[in-house]
Amino acid sequence: MAKFIDSIKGFVKEKILQKAHVREKIESDYVLETRDLGITFGGLKAAQNVNIKIKKNQIYGLIGPNGAGKTTIFNLLTGVYKPTSGTFYLNGEELKGLSQEVINQKGIARTFQNIRLFNNMTVVRNVMVGLHNNPEFKCNELVSILRLPQHFKVEKTMRQRAKDLLKIFDLEDERNNLACNLPYGKQRKLEIARALATNPKLLLLDEPAAGMNPNETEDLVKTIKYIRDNFDMTILLIEHDMKFVSGLCDEITVLNFGTVLAEGDTKTALSDPEVIKAYIGG
Amino acid sequence: MDFLITLVNGLSLGGIYAMIALGYTMVYGIAKMLNFAHGDIIMVGGYTILLFIPVNPVLAIVAAIVFCVIVGITVEKFAYKPLRGASPLAVLITAIGVSTLLQSLAQVIFGSAPKIQQINLGALQLGELKIEISTIITLVCSVIVMLALHLFVKYTKVGRAMVAVSEDKGAAQLMGINVNFIIMITFAIGSALAAIAGLFYFLKVQTMTTTFGALPGIKAFTAAVIGGIGSIPGAMVGGLLLGVVESICLSIPAISAYTDAIEFSILIIILLVKPTGLLGKKRREKV
Amino acid sequence: MSKFVNGLKKVKWKNYINYTAIAIVTIVFGALSLAGGLPSSTIYLLEKIAISIILAVSLSLVVGFLGELSLGHAGFMCVGAYLGGKVAAMLAKTALGGVGDGILVLIIALVVGGICAGACGFIVGLPALRLKGDYLAIVTLAFGEIVKVIFQNSSTESFGGPIGLTTPRFDKKYLFIIGFLMVLATLAVLQNFIKSKHGRAITAIRDNEIAARAMGINVTKYKLIGFIIAAIFAGFAGVIFSYSQSTISSATFDYNYSIEILVMVVLGGMGSINGSIISATLITFLNVQLQNVLKGDLAILKDLIYALILILIVIYNNAPKLKRFRDKYSIDNIIKMLSKRKHDPARTRDDAARWDVVPTKISMDEVLSTDIVVDDTGDNSADVGERGGSE
Repeated sequence: MAKFIDSIKGFVKEKILQKAHVREKIESDYVLETRDLGITFGGLKAAQNVNIKIKKNQIYGLIGPNGAGKTTIFNLLTGVYKPTSGTFYLNGEELKGLSQEVINQKGIARTFQNIRLFNNMTVVRNVMVGLHNNPEFKCNELVSILRLPQHFKVEKTMRQRAKDLLKIFDLEDERNNLACNLPYGKQRKLEIARALATNPKLLLLDEPAAGMNPNETEDLVKTIKYIRDNFDMTILLIEHDMKFVSGLCDEITVLNFGTVLAEGDTKTALSDPEVIKAYIGG
Repeated sequence: MDFLITLVNGLSLGGIYAMIALGYTMVYGIAKMLNFAHGDIIMVGGYTILLFIPVNPVLAIVAAIVFCVIVGITVEKFAYKPLRGASPLAVLITAIGVSTLLQSLAQVIFGSAPKIQQINLGALQLGELKIEISTIITLVCSVIVMLALHLFVKYTKVGRAMVAVSEDKGAAQLMGINVNFIIMITFAIGSALAAIAGLFYFLKVQTMTTTFGALPGIKAFTAAVIGGIGSIPGAMVGGLLLGVVESICLSIPAISAYTDAIEFSILIIILLVKPTGLLGKKRREKV
Repeated sequence: MSKFVNGLKKVKWKNYINYTAIAIVTIVFGALSLAGGLPSSTIYLLEKIAISIILAVSLSLVVGFLGELSLGHAGFMCVGAYLGGKVAAMLAKTALGGVGDGILVLIIALVVGGICAGACGFIVGLPALRLKGDYLAIVTLAFGEIVKVIFQNSSTESFGGPIGLTTPRFDKKYLFIIGFLMVLATLAVLQNFIKSKHGRAITAIRDNEIAARAMGINVTKYKLIGFIIAAIFAGFAGVIFSYSQSTISSATFDYNYSIEILVMVVLGGMGSINGSIISATLITFLNVQLQNVLKGDLAILKDLIYALILILIVIYNNAPKLKRFRDKYSIDNIIKMLSKRKHDPARTRDDAARWDVVPTKISMDEVLSTDIVVDDTGDNSADVGERGGSE
């Protein structure tokens, strides 16, 4: 009987901890550390035993052929999918099993491969949605409905912050256009700006250079470096453009069929014969 | 024994619901719209039967089917086709408009007083069991109709084209399928089923009003959603299930007044457990 | 003083035009009514309009801004009408009934009706977290019907059952003024809510739920808040409706009534509060006037005309071909054609030749329908075979 009560107590405690988002903490020198992270869909092992360790202020690349499981890793890290094995830590805090919203609030922000902007909203408002959970801009529903001074203050500072962010991406002049009316390259940039607005510790970029012309890509490299340096940011990105990856990433992990093929320093990993084989075939 | 009668009655009512639900579900699967005017096609069928039944019962059924198909295709052509590619909400509102239009047209033509026509086909005595013949006919016919539809969809060219269009309209078009024609056929089949359902429902209630189709329409819509809207077997299962539940509820005096509420509660519970209905396809947005 | 004037100048009057218009209507008709110069038919029309506006504006929060299709708005109204009406009828007999010609009772009824409807909004909001599009629509419809059946089968002493509930009385001269004051309150709350960071979060959920989640927006909370607020105001409308009728029967609040409210929202333009106000006013006016004009044999034509107008407006506004036609032959284009300016490539704006624009617009349609891409196995689907061949 006592055992039964204990088990119930344990269950309740676990639930309460889950609710309060208090997670197991470990000592970790890494911003992101995944341990044997994996997921299976039915019988298909979309990702397995993925171990990625990203140090602070690193730009880390995740590459691999089509269908290697790169976006799946992103979906695992952002809570879209729940991992079926392994776990991951952000600055030593376990985030496995949390919902997308909470993971974002804990400090992982992402962009999407197929752009997902709030199309019927203006550019500046898109960024302001990103600022929503910032503790600086706390303002509950009642304050907004009653239009207390705090509401106006928050709105004003929020807008200003959004404009500042847009300035970095040269989008300030577009701020009152609808997001869907932006050209493709600018939409990608806006997505990064919006993700950055959530004040993350780790930024996940899913093919940020896809569909950009060489000039825009070059521009993007500068912007990403700027973000790393000025926002004290750690970045994990997926990209197919090898020139882009080798010019930008400090370290990479190469995935194929959901497993890690090679990892480490960009140059070394890219010259790994296994990697070349996976890419060129043979 | 009583329970057996209840069950047979329920299955027969469920057959009617299933036939109407098939119309909803096929149109939804292929044109991706909720055809709120579907219930009123039943009403059109009912009035046609009422008009022709003094002449000849068989002629009445044929006339009802033909007329309903004509009305269905006309509605599709003039009200829904111009809106293809527009927002589903706009189509939904148009369907609501068509529903009101058909009802008020019927009111203009037939007046608002209910018309009663007694049709008694007698009852069958099987030992202690006494079952209305109309119930048996309904049950048998609905099973035949559903089987025929199943075979049609599975084994004919047009049927397979319908499945293809419901999977992916664009790809079907690229494969040389005339999507407009398929949608028209879908509406025609749905309307024909509604006409047959109208006949059986009329046999059951024997009273004709302009809102004749509203109640079975909404019940069948519920049935279609319970089974998973867009799924043909789902509509059949949902219809039969709803019919049996209704029949059982009505047979228990304590809860008979709450039949509708119970049915709708079952719908909500099923959807909460299985958000796309019993046999609906799981669809997930790709991230 | 000059500070005050400056403050007034700073106010963006454009944002307050709807308040102003409704305030003027209230004052003008209110004065006329107090002077005894309004026929009862006009008062009836005004009451109806006030109720319609509250319903349409509150529903537009759910449909237009949250992007969820609700077919059960009349159900919330029904809860408000019955519970608010019952409380008022009970209190009217007590000492409270005398206070301020029953205005206190009216306020209590509003509070009770609003809270009860809001609680129902919470209950209906829960499935909204799991269901999408048409599936949610049918659940809201089912909710409305369940509420209807429950009140229909209530005992005669409690809610009147099939006979209907005998509702409290209030001086007809004032009732519509209170209705319009409630309209103003509805506008203030909803507009302030929508034009705040919370409203922005709600619109973000409508536009792209996945992205909103990824931005840390608490989707659960905002969906529930949206449903609750909408339900509360529907409850208010119900209480006023309850006061405006001598008896209410639950058959009034069937799904056809919900659909009528939805029609107002959609015709007014999704996500436009002012549009909802205008279309609610016009549709109610049209309905009542058609009823007045078409007497006797012609009465049956009312629905026919209404339905035809509805279909034509929707097709005119939404048909893709007509849209293209309108764009092609819009006044601007005709002027351009008439002026016969030759097309000059050098003068083409940059964005006219945007090769890189990829249509990514996830429109309202997609949000409202369940028709989304089937995802079998994440991004690892069928690429295995493709990789097999060497290049």
